[in-house]
Amino acid sequence: MLKVVVQRLFVMPFLLLGIVTATFLLAQFTKGNPLVSIIGARNLDNPEIVAAAKARWGLDGSVPERYAVYVWNLVHGDLGTSFRTKQPVLTDLLQRLPATLELVICAMIVGTIGGIVLAIISAEFRNTFADHLARLIALTGSCLPVFWLGLIALFLFSVQMKLLPGPGRLDIRAVAPPTVTGFMLIDTLLARDGSAFLDALRHLVLPSLVLGWSVVGIIARMVRASMLDVLGQDYITMARAKGAGRLRVLIHHALANALIPALTILGFTFAYLITGSVLVETIFSWPGIGSYAVDAARSLDYPAITGVTIIGGLGFLIANLLTDIAYAAADPRMREAG
Amino acid sequence: MSLPLLDIRGLAVTIPTRDGERTAVSNVDFSVQRGEVVGLVGESGSGKSLSMLAVMGLLPRHFGISGSIRFDGEEICGASERRLRALRGKRIAMVFQDPMTALNPVKTIGTQIVEMVRLHNPGLSRRELRAKALSLLEAVAIPAPERRFDQYPHEFSGGMRQRVVIAIAIANDPDLLIADEPTTALDVTIQAQIVEIFARLREERGMAIVLITHDLGLVAGLADRMSVLYAGRVTERGPVEPLFATPRHPYTASLLAAVPSIDDVSERLHAIPGTPPSLADRPPGCPFEPRCGFAVSACRMSEPDLLRFDRSVVACHRAGELSLATLMQEPA
Repeated sequence: MLKVVVQRLFVMPFLLLGIVTATFLLAQFTKGNPLVSIIGARNLDNPEIVAAAKARWGLDGSVPERYAVYVWNLVHGDLGTSFRTKQPVLTDLLQRLPATLELVICAMIVGTIGGIVLAIISAEFRNTFADHLARLIALTGSCLPVFWLGLIALFLFSVQMKLLPGPGRLDIRAVAPPTVTGFMLIDTLLARDGSAFLDALRHLVLPSLVLGWSVVGIIARMVRASMLDVLGQDYITMARAKGAGRLRVLIHHALANALIPALTILGFTFAYLITGSVLVETIFSWPGIGSYAVDAARSLDYPAITGVTIIGGLGFLIANLLTDIAYAAADPRMREAG
Repeated sequence: MSLPLLDIRGLAVTIPTRDGERTAVSNVDFSVQRGEVVGLVGESGSGKSLSMLAVMGLLPRHFGISGSIRFDGEEICGASERRLRALRGKRIAMVFQDPMTALNPVKTIGTQIVEMVRLHNPGLSRRELRAKALSLLEAVAIPAPERRFDQYPHEFSGGMRQRVVIAIAIANDPDLLIADEPTTALDVTIQAQIVEIFARLREERGMAIVLITHDLGLVAGLADRMSVLYAGRVTERGPVEPLFATPRHPYTASLLAAVPSIDDVSERLHAIPGTPPSLADRPPGCPFEPRCGFAVSACRMSEPDLLRFDRSVVACHRAGELSLATLMQEPA
């Protein structure tokens, strides 16, 4: 197992370089002029300002030159400076990543628990009304667009019923706790501010539910399929022959096995959500990577776009690695292999 | 004769299919006395396993079951899941055919044995449970039980796994052990060791054993009585010795003739021509008629009833007139 992890870690930089190269080239060949967002459309007619801006932002070299400079800087931990925020991209990303991670982790909890519960109901009551209903619920989340769902959820629970707060991570009147980890739930706890913690938690409910529901479908489908497979196995009959109750058989014996093939999809979903939370972040004014990516794309902010892509790629690679490790933890047969 | 431990009367199992209900087991009578070993013999698909899963209440919910299953005098056919759960593992235990698939691959051997003990003895401490599990591993002759306790099924060989399955089955000293082809998936040498364990269990613990098998050698070595099933029906039933010496049903005789013998000088194995009827197209008469070398027109007309001859019961129209012992000597 250790061998696999080391191998993966070794390959990772090369994969990242591939991702960086592809993104860099794509950004270069996009129609549009980033100078518009740097100096404004009016100044484009002024050759002096244009030349100065090009020199300042490193836009004057040839593509290979700029690529070489970018990669060189990247190796030294410099992702460039955002055209738009005029801050180092790394600083921007590190500021915003915790907000996204907090949302994605909560959404994953919602999606995983929801998906697994629905899958168990589906598998146990296969081809009955309960199965169909569970599958409908799971499928609905995948089918409805999250931006629509987000708006409806905000309208219903925040505006109409006033049960939950509106967009943002905290009430606008609340004083944010000092940033330690960037995770609002953790920072409010560190500041020993109970009411702020509850406020942050309440703000997380709607976006997590909306984002989580969107992945319930795929998780439920995978887990249901592997549950059905596992439930037909001899060791399940054996567990029942021992006199174990139905719930015990389902959770203790079946789920423990059924989750192993589903781990792949959990890892993949997590990585997908890191960049896939764009729409939900936008709807809920969530200051995360997603909304940063949207703003960067709008203003052709190459360094920021590439930065977000690297984070996304890194997310996938790390999620893959964690999946492999989780496999070994869940399946004793994997521990010795490889 | 005292009240039998297990008494099955008129058991029928139907399986719903797209084309309507199919009868997989019909009118099966079967009984086991305390401490007795009874062989349940038949080809694949003859309904042996289904009948015993019905006893455990482990058939899929959509299967139809009718008839009477009495265990220790109590009717358990159609009993509540709660009642059945209390019996399963505690008083009736089961050994599965394939030890490679009967154990949960992600749980240690120890956990799986302990589970069986704990489910029916909730008060025991961790230490007591572990001690009990270790003693069970010893009882089935697994070397180094302390080390084996924390290992996973994939670290065990097939024979060792079957010992573990047996250890789990006997954990709560059940009155009845149902062994579903317990040696089929094993090497011949391992088979002998497993048979020995069964013989000892019966000797030491007075366990009644139902031996589901198509291995007549196993029946001859272990069982007191046997029932032969064909196409979901009992064809012949009786004490093992007379049944082996003078089978009265052509099917039983064919099965016996199919067992290769060292004394047999002919090179060909005796095989029964044809295959058992599928659930879909049951002939109206005796289900064995199409494969039977002794069939007469009556066999095509009606299904034979079970009739008593000496100490056996036979379902054959010609049971009284045939002398089948010769079949086993003459190559067919």
